[in-house]
Amino acid sequence: MKTLVLIEHEGGQVKDASLATVTAAGKLGSVHALVAGEGVEAKQAAEATAKIAGVDKVLLASDAAYAHMLAENIADLIVPLMADYEALLCNATSNGKNVAPRVAALLDVMQVSDIIAIDGERTFKRPIYAGNAIATVESSDAKLVITVRGTSFEKAPIEGGTPPIEEVSGKGDASLSSFVGCETQTSERPELTSAKVIVSGGRALKDAATFEQLIVPLADKLGAGIGASRAAVDAGYVPNDYQVGQTGKIVAPELYIAIGISGAIQHLAGMKESKTIVAINKDGDAPIFQIADIGLVGDLFQIVPELTAKL
Amino acid sequence: MKILVPVKRVIDYNVRPRVKPDGSGVDLANVKMSMNPFDEIAVEEAIRLKEKGAAAEIVAVSIGPVKAQETLRTALAMGADRAILVQTDDEVEPLAVAKILKAIVDEEQPGMVLMGKQAIDDDSNQTGQMLAALWGRPQGTFASKVEVSGDSVNVTREVDGGLETVSLKLPAVVTTDLRLNEPRYASLPNIMKAKSKLLTVKAPADYGVDTAPRLKVTNVSEPPVRQAGVKVGSVDELVSKLKALGVA
Ligand SMILES: Cc1cc2nc3c(=O)[nH]c(=O)nc-3n(C[C@H](O)[C@H](O)[C@H](O)COP(=O)(O)OP(=O)(O)OC[C@H]3O[C@@H](n4cnc5c(N)ncnc54)[C@H](O)[C@@H]3O)c2cc1C
Repeated sequence: MKTLVLIEHEGGQVKDASLATVTAAGKLGSVHALVAGEGVEAKQAAEATAKIAGVDKVLLASDAAYAHMLAENIADLIVPLMADYEALLCNATSNGKNVAPRVAALLDVMQVSDIIAIDGERTFKRPIYAGNAIATVESSDAKLVITVRGTSFEKAPIEGGTPPIEEVSGKGDASLSSFVGCETQTSERPELTSAKVIVSGGRALKDAATFEQLIVPLADKLGAGIGASRAAVDAGYVPNDYQVGQTGKIVAPELYIAIGISGAIQHLAGMKESKTIVAINKDGDAPIFQIADIGLVGDLFQIVPELTAKL
Repeated sequence: MKILVPVKRVIDYNVRPRVKPDGSGVDLANVKMSMNPFDEIAVEEAIRLKEKGAAAEIVAVSIGPVKAQETLRTALAMGADRAILVQTDDEVEPLAVAKILKAIVDEEQPGMVLMGKQAIDDDSNQTGQMLAALWGRPQGTFASKVEVSGDSVNVTREVDGGLETVSLKLPAVVTTDLRLNEPRYASLPNIMKAKSKLLTVKAPADYGVDTAPRLKVTNVSEPPVRQAGVKVGSVDELVSKLKALGVA
């Protein structure tokens, strides 16, 4: 099967999620990778993509209209390219989730969202009901449009490939939407979806200042990414991109420390694949303890500073 | 401007779903059902736009079984003006839902379709984007802020890196994220009033849409269960366990 992967990139670098998607695509057949963007950054990203092991060809679409991954423009770029491919794979990230269904509808294909396993050329496993059930689905569509859960596939090595880079062009700006601006934090911290250790705080952290005071030093000690429950985000302790869960980020670090988080199914959906889960909660009956490998019942305001000091 | 708000009847978010032993799906018999939480946020946002004078009429639509009338009555009690039920007992996939919605859009000519970003049962996160594609209109997904000005709308989106704002030409599709608003509860008088609001019943065939599934679900299984581990009695014990695992 010939597959096309939509690469996500930033600052000329390929995002980790795309490396996992390349691996998933490789299980289906040959892999061509589309880099859409603008100018030098897009060119650098295409060169980085060409090095990924398993990529057989890179398509580079460089145009101001592709700079911000606007779904309207990117979908119009991809649809005609799909004449040559049997499958499109995107990351199950905010960009992939935005673009892929638009392409699927234009191709009259029912998308397979958020796959966690490939059982056959047209058979996939995907979580439903916040991960409380796993569905095996078989597509009968002529083409496949798939989004891939990054934590379920190994990352393709970023060295080894030497495929050609071919320039492609599309319609450019569909004149339906435009980028106004963004509020994104750049931090030295590891990205949540690829962090080895995550320290995550819940509603119990009281306010933004307390969250900062207790969670940040512990995360610093562990070189960890910082996550949060929906309740902590809703209450404004931390920005929205910290949210872990059914509707936030899906993470699977080596170590996940849940502090003052009760363990609602929607939260568990985002972190229960973590290798080791530690829970700190004053309520010994909190559901988080049903899945924690190591639990400590007690007051986080005493435990967390002590833990930070002793690590 | 008219706003169309699609709503779905799903398992209540407080219920823990149980997989049927024969692997045919999730057991929904005698389970509490509610409006999909993201759709509630969409209804609320539409009402707020109407209260601000940016919208004139709100039409709620549901595609589902006869009981989805209850979901539509909830939307009407919150403040939607009228409702359409496209009645079917079949599972309708996002692509077919988008096609039915497109046909309704052609009839109703809304200035905006406001809908949930995903349904908490199939977790597909597709329908809004698909509708926008079929309609040839822009999409503002995962919205945490919606500001209409003239013939365009600014949508602030919750994205992996934080927040992003896009400007869309109307008509457009906007899908809601959790922090867009906190939906109101319908008051008792409004629940009574909703009973007499217009609810039209249609069938997928009225819109010429084939709802035969494209994806065959061959099995639904329980995820691997994670066993609870140990509880430790002190921070020192926790630290030594973490060290033993080599993770700290
Ligand atoms: C459609 C929908 C989608 C959702 N998506 C998500 C999602 O993606 N991610 C997510 O996280 N949630 C999500 N939720 C929300 C979810 O249902 C829960 O409400 C949320 O996860 C609760 O957050 P929490 O555990 O921080 O708060 P709570 O449930 O209030 O728990 C706080 C915990 O802190 C403990 N505690 C209090 N004080 C102390 C102390 N001093 N020391 C130690 N422990 C203490 C308490 O015992 C309690 O267990 C979603 C909900 C809906 C309806």
